[in-house]
Parts: sequence; structure tokens; C-alpha cells
Amino acid sequence: MAERSFKAEVQDLRLGQGETFTGEGILAITKALLENGVGYVGGYQGAPISHLMDVLADAEDLLTELGVRYEANANEAAAAAMLAASVHYPIRGAVTFKGSVGVNVASDALANLASSGVNGGALIIVGEDYGEGSSIMQERSHAFAMKSQFWLLDPRPNLPSITKAVKDGFELSEASNTPVMLMVRIRSCHVTGSFQTRDNQRPKLTVREALSNPQSDFARVVLPPMSFAHEQDKIKHRWPAAERFITDNRLNEIFGPADAPLGIVLQGGMYNGVIRALQRLGLADLYGNTQVPLYVLNVTYPLVSDEFHRFCEGKKHVLVVEEGQPEFIEQQLSTFLYRKGSSVMLHGKDVFPMAGEYTGQVMLDSLTAFLKQAAPEMLPALVRAPNEERPQIPDLSKTVPIRPPGFCTGCPERPIFAAMKLVQQETGKLQITADIGCHLFGSLPPFEVGGATMGYGLGPAANAAFDGGGERRPISIIGDGGFWHNGLSSSFTNMAFNKSDSVAVIVDNYYSAATGGQDIMSSRADNPTKATKHPISKALRGIGIDWVREVDRTYDVARMRDVLREALTTDTPGPKVIVASSECMLNKQRREKPLQAKAIKEGRRVEAPRFGVDEDICTGDHACIRLSGCPSLSLKKLDDPLRDDPVASIDQSCVGCGNCGEVADAAVLCPSFYRADVVHNPSKWETRLAAWQGRIMGWLQARRDAKRLTFGVSA
Amino acid sequence: MTVQEFSARKPDPALGGIIKLAILAVGGQGGGVLTGWIEAVARASGYAAQATSVAGVSQRTGATVYYVEMAPLPPHGTSPVFSLQPAAGDVDIMITAEMMEAGRAIIRGFVTPDRTTLITSTHRALAVSEKMVPGDGIADSAEVLAAAEIAARRVIAADFDTLAVRNGSVISASLLGALAASQTLPFPREAFECAIRAGGKGLEASLRAFAAGFDAATAPALTARVAPAKHAATVQGPAKLMAEWQRLAARVAAMPAPVAELALPGLQKVVGFQSLAYGAEYLARLDAILAQDDPAQNHALSREAAKYIANAMAYDDIIRVADLKTRATRSARIRAEMGAKDGNLLQLTEFFHPRAQEIVGLFPARLGARVESDPKWMARLTRWFDKGRRLRSNSLPSFLALYLIGGLRFWRPRTLRHAQEMAHLDRWLATALSYRATNYPLATEVIRCRRLVKGYSDTHSRGLSKFDRVLAAIARIAPRDDAADWARRLREAALKDEEGKALDGAIRTIESFA
Repeated sequence: MAERSFKAEVQDLRLGQGETFTGEGILAITKALLENGVGYVGGYQGAPISHLMDVLADAEDLLTELGVRYEANANEAAAAAMLAASVHYPIRGAVTFKGSVGVNVASDALANLASSGVNGGALIIVGEDYGEGSSIMQERSHAFAMKSQFWLLDPRPNLPSITKAVKDGFELSEASNTPVMLMVRIRSCHVTGSFQTRDNQRPKLTVREALSNPQSDFARVVLPPMSFAHEQDKIKHRWPAAERFITDNRLNEIFGPADAPLGIVLQGGMYNGVIRALQRLGLADLYGNTQVPLYVLNVTYPLVSDEFHRFCEGKKHVLVVEEGQPEFIEQQLSTFLYRKGSSVMLHGKDVFPMAGEYTGQVMLDSLTAFLKQAAPEMLPALVRAPNEERPQIPDLSKTVPIRPPGFCTGCPERPIFAAMKLVQQETGKLQITADIGCHLFGSLPPFEVGGATMGYGLGPAANAAFDGGGERRPISIIGDGGFWHNGLSSSFTNMAFNKSDSVAVIVDNYYSAATGGQDIMSSRADNPTKATKHPISKALRGIGIDWVREVDRTYDVARMRDVLREALTTDTPGPKVIVASSECMLNKQRREKPLQAKAIKEGRRVEAPRFGVDEDICTGDHACIRLSGCPSLSLKKLDDPLRDDPVASIDQSCVGCGNCGEVADAAVLCPSFYRADVVHNPSKWETRLAAWQGRIMGWLQARRDAKRLTFGVSA
Repeated sequence: MTVQEFSARKPDPALGGIIKLAILAVGGQGGGVLTGWIEAVARASGYAAQATSVAGVSQRTGATVYYVEMAPLPPHGTSPVFSLQPAAGDVDIMITAEMMEAGRAIIRGFVTPDRTTLITSTHRALAVSEKMVPGDGIADSAEVLAAAEIAARRVIAADFDTLAVRNGSVISASLLGALAASQTLPFPREAFECAIRAGGKGLEASLRAFAAGFDAATAPALTARVAPAKHAATVQGPAKLMAEWQRLAARVAAMPAPVAELALPGLQKVVGFQSLAYGAEYLARLDAILAQDDPAQNHALSREAAKYIANAMAYDDIIRVADLKTRATRSARIRAEMGAKDGNLLQLTEFFHPRAQEIVGLFPARLGARVESDPKWMARLTRWFDKGRRLRSNSLPSFLALYLIGGLRFWRPRTLRHAQEMAHLDRWLATALSYRATNYPLATEVIRCRRLVKGYSDTHSRGLSKFDRVLAAIARIAPRDDAADWARRLREAALKDEEGKALDGAIRTIESFA
């Protein structure tokens, strides 16, 4: 049950020859795969390529028609390993995952694949999660291409270029018997635009057909002495073949005047940023016609030295625009120039910052710095001698608070962390590690639970040093996504085998919630093509972990706290595992809100819960917020001259999850919270009872008010 | 070719046709939907348009940026080259869906006086760091708005969130209305409405919110700052009590204006809490301070005392909570807040968790004190009473229970809790007045320290302990000339965080020189 339905997008995948596709880059890639006769696709979800997986999952009918096999792989390693089908068979295969973390996981399979070499085109589509909006460590997937010698495409970020790169990638892969990685950055994945579509192609050989005629060749197996032959083959045959293909088919592009004293070499993905900077300097027009020669590397690995030298001919200064570090391309190009004894001045990280995203400002500043050195006359007068008086804009950096991502309204993980915070109030601070997923937000205020993350499925493994136990047990947290990705083997068998004396909390949201709600083994949903409904606890028992407690309503903060306390104090040896399950509220609301509205309209009885705060009773200490951080639980300044501090207030976005009331009870906070259930279409009997009770209460209230003064406000 | 032949040329005039629009929103505000609409308007109006976003994990309540560029479609086959991200100093229209996000846009340089029209909602979605402070940690919107007036070429500001919610929609629709009204895009209003209509879902509500946003942006002066109508307090009750009330109110009216301004709500609070006699007691305490006050100081001491004595006398006990929870006005207020319609019923669940301390607090003072000092009895009471109780206050049995507790006001003056509160009150006032003669501002600051005592159970105990520590620290520096300033700093530090880390720091600083 994915976060969004992509049925509308699936229609776009059926567009034929000469029609126009308009939409997001990542969907355009999906369409291009089908146009290029892909035989099987797979991958693992994660920003920014989740939509590719979601659309494919919703497009199973179309894929079946075309004879394309779609696999929702268990993790990136499994996805990459699937490309083994292209080693022997002339079948095009594509897998997708996020970089660089997904590539880390996949690297074992990718290295074997690159050594074996491929017969059918093998394409790895990597969503490079770098720069603003990224949720991972800032590294480059580029290094993997270099170490395993597969080729890396980095097309210009527009839909025609990106979809052409899919075609080029398959062809390059087949021409050089080498897998090809197509890298798209976050913004390129989400960039919108149009391209002319072609008819979808059935694969020349389907995987079903291949299965009827199995093939093997021990020369492809990564074992000595063949592995030594593979290395030689890579250098002597596959690499030159790739260079020939790149040059002959002009995969890299050259723009601007042929004759100029300077030029810029850039990654394809940097093209629009470079053009914008040149536009701002008056050196390029609206359509990208540039006065500075550009050598656009749509293929960033391998670099073709002849092509580069031809570009450098007659130039004194050449700038390399390469985002991220280390500056692999610049180093390689320097080597090319040095070996040739060239006098071209190569610039790059001397004018650009070594680390960080090349934002609009960085691009403008660095290109200006380069031009100042290489051709100051080209710069507009204003840049050469700025004398504009700029008004002083007040510094707001101390006023504006940071706004990191956090748990959504009603998130079932919030009460788990509230319970952990309460437990730590009793035990003192505990050693806690976390995994990858929404639960990692628990390490931020107001909870500040968890101090390390070592990767997907590795939360409990990251506590392995403490497996021997001590005065207080360590706790690790992992999501259901991480559990099935890699956690079962790397974390839980590690705990079981080493008789770990630690506690692990598995946060089960009913599916892979953080990446958009994709189904996994323990999903509660029926999925016609996937095996779901396999409880995590059953897997744990299967590997010999017997101390397992299941909390099937995480909003029960007191129970959550008690179970944690029990896990921390029990005498039972071995791993203590808590499976805390409640459905992701974001997805649940998306599904249930329309149903509820429909039910109310149809006259069925519906209770709509929401929380509220009695503002006269709230004293404005905000202890509840320090155990919540819910977006719908906010503050309100009262129009009361006697009150200093804003009081808690719950807005209409509250979904009535119950955390506020549970926390007020479990942490003994205050009686200002109430839950209000608005009953739509109540039964007659119910209404009559309520009216009768209301009359009695009204009489009592009037009786009391008649004996005292009441103060109110009138407008 | 040499470098010399290669000189600067005139920029392409067509570049002026690119419109650069950025949106800064909080995850969940519909920034993606807004971006989609803007793109659709541009494309339908014969423009080339490109949008990008970096949603990622930020869609989970974090700050998120969307970016759209558009330019007239060239007649021939080529297409414009657009940037994928906003650049500082190069944004024509900046839409921010929250006030601090406007501040963030200014910090990031996306709002510049030469070109940027800033369309911002003035409402606040508070960040966790603002909300979790025990005191008042809310960032200053006025500061951001003032900066916006300097930074932007033009500012269109209104509470677009409330406008949208009032029309049953979300802020993306009202912001689109404001964008249409700003006339910064060369498209007519109808083009924007068409884009909404093409979307399908929640159409009517979206169009209403769009219109409201459009109107607010057209006449911001009328709608942007609707000053809340001045509320006048009303008093109701039997004639005998009203006459007595008038007498007390007249006493307040006779006080110096700055004091009376707070003494009247103060009097209301304590009378509402207990009785008119209790109100007279309040005035007596206040009079005692007024007698020692200094008109030259604008009666600052009495003014603060009027406020904080009222708060201290109207302490938070079970009786008060039960009374407030059973008042006639409450259920009407909640019905309105929850948007319950006529045919709907309202079920209310209250969350109580009384501890032994609260129970003993209701005992007669002497007996209560004995029980409280007896661990065995306290353990017994804990066993009997200390658990979460959820009361369905819309059902008669639970209502009656609360109603009866709320009616214990006559009993309150005899309770242990009352005795404790009064003793604390007297000690605090005595401490404050002891500084009166030597250091008037310090006495005022000590009065203000009562702000630290608030909340229930653990929170209340923590507040009391912070109050005691602050007063102890003040005593150490009382002889200094700048003692009042230090007292203020100590109090502010105590309100910064729950554990009192900032207060610890401030006290250490004091110990270093006192």
C-alpha cells in the first residue's frame, strides 16, 4: 500500500510513437526503460528514486503485457545481484536504488558483475542523494564506478537528455560488455519537463524464454584464473570499446564557439547550473547558446583522453566543474594534461569549494573567479568593479529557528520515544543506537533518544560491542523496513549467535513507511503478487530469539514504558526484543479520511476523535510538548494580562492518536487534555440519552451559577 | 584567438523573460500541489515551465523548497535552459507558507530589494525548539516582517493559513490566490482557477480558499491585521453578591491606574477561584504592598504584585480543575472548537492521574500534614489512588463525580494544600518586601519570580525547586547594585530548559563573584 497511487502515471507509460510525455524526470526514466526493450527491472526504494519503484509496482499489468519481469528486491544487494541475468543472456536489465548508501549495499554484487562482464545491457539507475534535501552522509557514488570499472552516465538534467541516457546506457553496456550506472541527482529526479515518446518494445528475449534455454560459461565465473583474465579484459577490450562507443556516438557534447582561449569541462548534471551562471554574466542566452566553450561530460567515467585533448586545443585555461569530493575527474584530467606535456592551465577546486553542493551562488562566484583569472575582459563591468550600494538586511539567523524533519501528526513512533524518555528518567541515560528510517527523528529534540546510526538494518549490530552487557543494558532501535532489508541477518542473527545481553526495539509501521509505504514481508495488506503478513516475531523465533514482546498499540505509552522496563531488567539471558506495531498515520489518514467522509455523508455512525486543551487549566510549562513534538500540538498566547507563558493548544490537524492523553497519564503531567469524540449520525437512543443527561447537568450547572459570580468575556 | 579579442557582450534581452519563483513550505502544507498548479498555469498559457523540488525526508514536517522557472515558449523548436535551483539574489517571486520560512528565505538571500515580490503567510507553525521551552520561546514574527519590508521589493502578507482553513481547504490554495492577485505572473485570474479545476479533488473548497487569498492579497490592509475586538469582562450573579462585587471593584478603581489595570483581572481570578471574601483578602494583601510602594517608580512593585498574588492565590488544585471541567460554557466552547454540528453528539474523555500528594492536599491541614510525613500512609494512598483515571465527563456518573469535587470550595480554606500555598505566598512576599527599602527594582524582580511556579505534580515540584534556587541565589547577590538585573537573568535562565541547565550555569556565574 504505497503512499500515493500512481495509476495516472501508469497511463503515461503507455504513450506511443511521437506523443509527448510531460512529468517528472524519474517517471520519464521509467518510460524510457520500456521504450528500450528492458527485460527485467528491480530495485529498492529510497529518495529520490522511490517513485520509479512505486510506478513500476502499479504498472504490473503493462509489464506483464510486455513480458517484463518486475521484482521488488529485498535490498540493493539483491537488486544488483539480479543483474546476473544479463551476464549470460542478451537481456536488458535495469535496477534502481539511491546513492551512495544503496550503492554501498550493492557493491559486492556490482563488483562481481563488473568482473564477469555482461552480454545484455545492464543499467543501474542511481538517485544520487547529495546536497540540499539529502538525508544521508555526503559522498559520491562515482568512486564505485572507478573501483569496479563500470561506466558512469551523468546526463544533462532535462527529460530528453535523461531518457536518451537510458538508451545510450544500454547500448554502451552491450558495446563494451560492462554494466553502466546512470546517475541522476535529487533535483533531476524531480525536475519536470517533456519529451517525445516512442512505442514500448518487448524484450528481444524475455526472462521466461531464457529459462527454457539455460546457459553457463565458466569463463564468466569470478574464480581464478578467470578473475585475472577479467581484469585484463576490462583494460584491454571493454575499456577501449567503451571509449570508441562514447566518441563515435558523441555521448559527450560540446557547445559554444570552436575557437576560444578558455573552456569549461563539466559533469552533465551541472549543465543547467553552469548555463545559469553564464546567463547571469551575460555570456549565454536564454536557450543556452554560450560564448564560453563547454565540454559536457554526459559520461563521467571513463574519461576519453583524445576527446578531452581535442577540446583543449588552442585553450589557455580550462575549468572543471565537478560537484562533491574527492575531485576524481579533475585529478584524471590533470594526469591527461601532464602526460601530454600540455601547457593548459587546469582550474577546478582552486576556484570552487572542495565540499558541498554547487548552488547558484557558488556557481556564479566560482565562474566569476575563474573568468577573472582567465579572461577578465569577458566579465561585465559591474562584476569587475562592483560599486552598488546594497541595503543592509537585518540578520535573522538568531531569530529563525531550525526546522528539521520530525514525526508527523499522530505518528505511532512518537509514543515509543515518549516511553523511552520516561524510562530514561528512571534509569538515567542509556546507550542507544538507531537505524535508518523515520525513527531516526527520535534522536532530535524533544526526545534526543539515540546517538548513532551505522546504516540500514544495522541498528542492533551497531550495539554489538556492548553485547556482553553491563550495569544497564544498551538499547537499539530498528524499523520494520530495516529489519527485512538486512536487519534479520546482520543485526538479529548477530545478536542471537553472540547471546547478546541487549534490548532491541523493532518499530513496525505495517510497511516501509519512510520511503512511501511500499509493502514488505510483514505488511498487513493483501498483495496479489507479493508474500505479505509474515510477522516479525515469527522470524525472530525462527532464529532462536525467544524473549519477544509484542506491543500492538504503540500509543499505549504506559505499556510501552513497562515493556521497556521489563526488557531492561529481566533475568532472561540472550537478546530481548520488543516489536512495537501501529500503522503509519500519514498513510492511514490518506486511506481512511475519504472513507470516513463518505460514511458520514451516507448517514452511518462515525466517531471522529480529536484532542483539546482546557486553556484555563494549562499552566504553560510545555512538559507535554517535551514528550511529543507533534505538529498539531502547538502553543497559543492568551489574551490574559495575568498569564506570561503561552499555553498548549491543539489545532484542527489533530487526528486523535491519543499520545497527548497517554503521556499526560503516564508521565503524570496535568489534567488539561481532553479527548473530544464528535459522534456523527448518532442513534436515536443515544441522542435521547444525551439530551436527558444534558438536562440534568444543565440544571446542576445553573444551580451552582446562581450562587456565585461568573466572569465571562463578551465581544 | 586571444583573450583580448574576447570581451564582454550585452546580455541576451530575452533572459529578462525568465520568471523565477521559489516556494518555501513546511512539509505537509501542500507545496508540491501549489508547484503543480503554477506549472500548469504557465504551460496552459503558452509558457515553457520547469519545476523541481527536494522533498526527501523533509516532507515529514521539515522545511522544504520548491522552485519553478518559466519563460515564453520560443516559436522555433528550441527550449529555454532553466536552472534547477533558486540562487541568492535571483528570485522574482518568493512564496513562503509560514512566517519563519519567510525569515529563512531572507537569510538564504532569496529575497532582494531589486526584484523579489515576497508573498508570505503571517501565521506560525511553531518549530519544536520554540515549543519545548518551559517559558516563552516563540520567535518574534514582527522582527521577520520588519526585515521583509527592507529585503523585498514588495511584500504581500496575510494569514493565508486561516483563510484556507476557514474555507475548508489548505494553504496552497489561498497562496495561489495571492500569487494570482499579485500580478507578478502574466496570467489572468481565470487561468489560475482553471488549473485548480483541472485538479479535481476538493475543488469547491480550493476555489473558495483561492478567492479568499486573492482578496486578501488585493486589499491586504483590510484583512491582514484584523485587530481583535476589545473584549469587555462581564460579571453575572445574584444581586447580593453583585453588590459586594461592586464594592470590591470600586476599591480597585481607586488604586493607581497601572495597578488597577492588573488588579481588576486579578480580583476576578481569585473571586472566581474561591469567593468574594477571598477577593477581599487579595485586596488586603495588595493594599499592604501599595502602602509601601513608591509613586515615583510608577507603582511597578504593586503592579507586579497585583498580577502574581492573584496567580498565587488561585493555585491549581483538584477542586479548581473539577470546577472548570464542569462549567456550562465549556461544552459549548468545545463544540465550537471541534466544529460539531447540530445533529452531532460530543463525547468527552478527561485524563486524570491523581497522586497521593493531591489526595492529602484535600485533607484538613493538621491531619494532612501528619499523613504526609508518614511514608506508610503515603504508600497506602499511592496504592489506592495513584493511577490514570479516564473520566467520560459527558456521562452523568463521571460528571457528578467532578461536579461534587468542584463543589468542595467551601472546604478548601481548611485543606493542607491551602495552608501550604498560603505559607509559601507569605514567605515569598516577605522576601520581596525585605528588599524594598534597599533595592526597589530587586523587590519587583522577586515578585516576578513567582512565574516559575506552575504546572501540576512533578512539573509543579520542579517549578518550586527552581523558584527556591533562584531566590537563594538572589539572596547571595542582594547587596549588589546590579542585583535586580541578575535576578531577571536568573529567572529567564530558569525558564529556558526543563532540567535547569541554563539556571545551573547562571548560578555558577553568580557563585564565581558572590
